[in-house]
Amino acid sequence: MADAVLQIDGLNKQFGALKATDNVSLDVRDGEIHALIGPNGAGKSTLIQQISGLLRPDSGTIRFLGRDLAPLSVAERAQRGLGRTFQVSSIAPEFSALRNVMLAVQAVDGSSFRFFRPVMKDRRLIDAARAVLEDVGLSDRADIIAAELSHGERRQLEMAMALALRPKLMLLDEPMAGMGPEGSKQLTAFLDALRRQVPILLIEHDMEAVFSLADRISVLVYGKVIATGTVEEIRNNAQVREAYLGEED
Amino acid sequence: MNRETLFNVVLLLALLVAPFVALQMDEPFYVSLVTRVAILALAGVGLNIALGFGGMVSFGHAAFFGVGGYVAGILSQHAFNYEPLVTWPFTIEGTNQMLVIWPVALIVCALLALAIGSIALRTSGVYFIMITLAFAQMIYYFAISWPAYGGEDGLSIYVRNGFPGVNTMNPMSFFLICYGVLIVCLVLSMLIRDSRFGAALQAARQNEVRLASTGIAPFRIRLVAFVISAAITGIAGALYADLNRFVSPSSLSWHMSGEIMVFVILGGVGRLFGPVAGAALFIVFEFYLGGVTEHWQLFLGLVLLCVVLFARGGLIGLVAGRARHG
Ligand SMILES: Nc1ncnc2c1ncn2[C@@H]1O[C@H](COP(=O)(O)OP(=O)(O)OP(=O)(O)O)[C@@H](O)[C@H]1O
Ligand SMILES: [Mg+2]
Repeated sequence: MADAVLQIDGLNKQFGALKATDNVSLDVRDGEIHALIGPNGAGKSTLIQQISGLLRPDSGTIRFLGRDLAPLSVAERAQRGLGRTFQVSSIAPEFSALRNVMLAVQAVDGSSFRFFRPVMKDRRLIDAARAVLEDVGLSDRADIIAAELSHGERRQLEMAMALALRPKLMLLDEPMAGMGPEGSKQLTAFLDALRRQVPILLIEHDMEAVFSLADRISVLVYGKVIATGTVEEIRNNAQVREAYLGEED
Repeated sequence: MNRETLFNVVLLLALLVAPFVALQMDEPFYVSLVTRVAILALAGVGLNIALGFGGMVSFGHAAFFGVGGYVAGILSQHAFNYEPLVTWPFTIEGTNQMLVIWPVALIVCALLALAIGSIALRTSGVYFIMITLAFAQMIYYFAISWPAYGGEDGLSIYVRNGFPGVNTMNPMSFFLICYGVLIVCLVLSMLIRDSRFGAALQAARQNEVRLASTGIAPFRIRLVAFVISAAITGIAGALYADLNRFVSPSSLSWHMSGEIMVFVILGGVGRLFGPVAGAALFIVFEFYLGGVTEHWQLFLGLVLLCVVLFARGGLIGLVAGRARHG
């Protein structure tokens, strides 16, 4: 518990009568992939939105690296090392892949209030961005306008943007969705290696990927965490089988 | 050189050559017409930073255009009457020097934009449009009801303000001053577009949530852009007052805001030279169609409709294709 990177306690969020987050407590420890699974509409994305600051919880606390996140804006949380990808890829569509990543590099590398030097002559930005694109395997598509990238490539690009922040925690919302079997396999291998750099809170419907990657799994149903445990524990949990895994048979 | 750059160069040269040709042909009126193009283009260059780069649809830029004009008018009236503006706690004299008037217009408009932007930028979409409009209208009505500087009748500038070493009453000299300021601001606007700040600003337009999730707060980026944008439009306003040697509340009205927006849209939103192309086209329309029919704005409206429906990139988009981001 002492070295939890992310510590969520008693979090609640209600949309009208709907409890999207119902007294959720959860932590992500250093070096682990913590998977969050649950049926559609369980409140997984809503939880991520609250961690990253796009939604405000009704009550409860979120601590990141020992610090309460409540007073911090989305941008401040990102600066402190919260990297994320979205369920629907979120990029600057008119910029090339390279410029998208450069934006993220620029965010951690000093100030954005520089008005006169062209970014395309800023070797530091360009080199750092290229290196990250290389890491995610997108370097040959660096100069393509983001809107023209394929679905899978956009996911890679988002991953690159998150990594360029040099994050201390990654929040990934269904990164495998729509990737195809080959893409999922590659991404699984990539995340498996990534965990050595940065802990990950992984939302994923692809059970094969979850079972092969996760150190721990939490199951969210109707906004409630009904179980947290290792892959074995979750597989054998009767309540989970009934509520969630059962659907798959 | 790509097509857009080529077009831009041709446009700039044409703008520079036109008044000389007009003088040769003994048509001095055209000199002042081209000067108007340069000044209105400058106003558009300002708005383009907010609207084109940052996606902030300000329907209140007349506030800055008009206030810039009033700064020129008020300072020169005080200088003309040898009456200080303020005598307490210290004395501030009027001036008839452009090199003093411009920085004052710039600072006043920047502060005004800081105030308006801090409030308006907390909203977006239609609300942003309405709040910027509301602020501009407030200032408009204030100018109408404030008798000290002419109220509804406006304020005359008896002698065009001066510039060191230049006879500004000479139309050609005054044109060259305006043209010079336009070039400087175009270069400035290009630098901003290509800079780190510009990257963040354009990203704020494309995807605000992504920008924030990347660690850059969109609000501050937008606010600074709004202020820069207003300052440039304010200087255009000061020049416009000097061109006409007159400034009136109509330069603060929503018609003016609309016109500046039309320059940007006609020329191509977010294109560096869009406002120059747009202002030129607008004046050509006003002058030639306006000579044929009183209802020339109807035709302008049709053209605008076509641009919005079929040619989002405006004139520059038609000539040079879609914008390229490196
Ligand atoms: N802004 C909102 N306003 C009202 N209701 C919302 C809002 N966002 C989400 N909801 C509702 O909250 C519930 C949880 O949504 P959420 O997107 O978090 O689910 P999820 O677990 O991510 O589902 P999926 O697997 O389909 O992505 C859903 O019933 C959804 O309709
Ligand atoms: Mg979701």
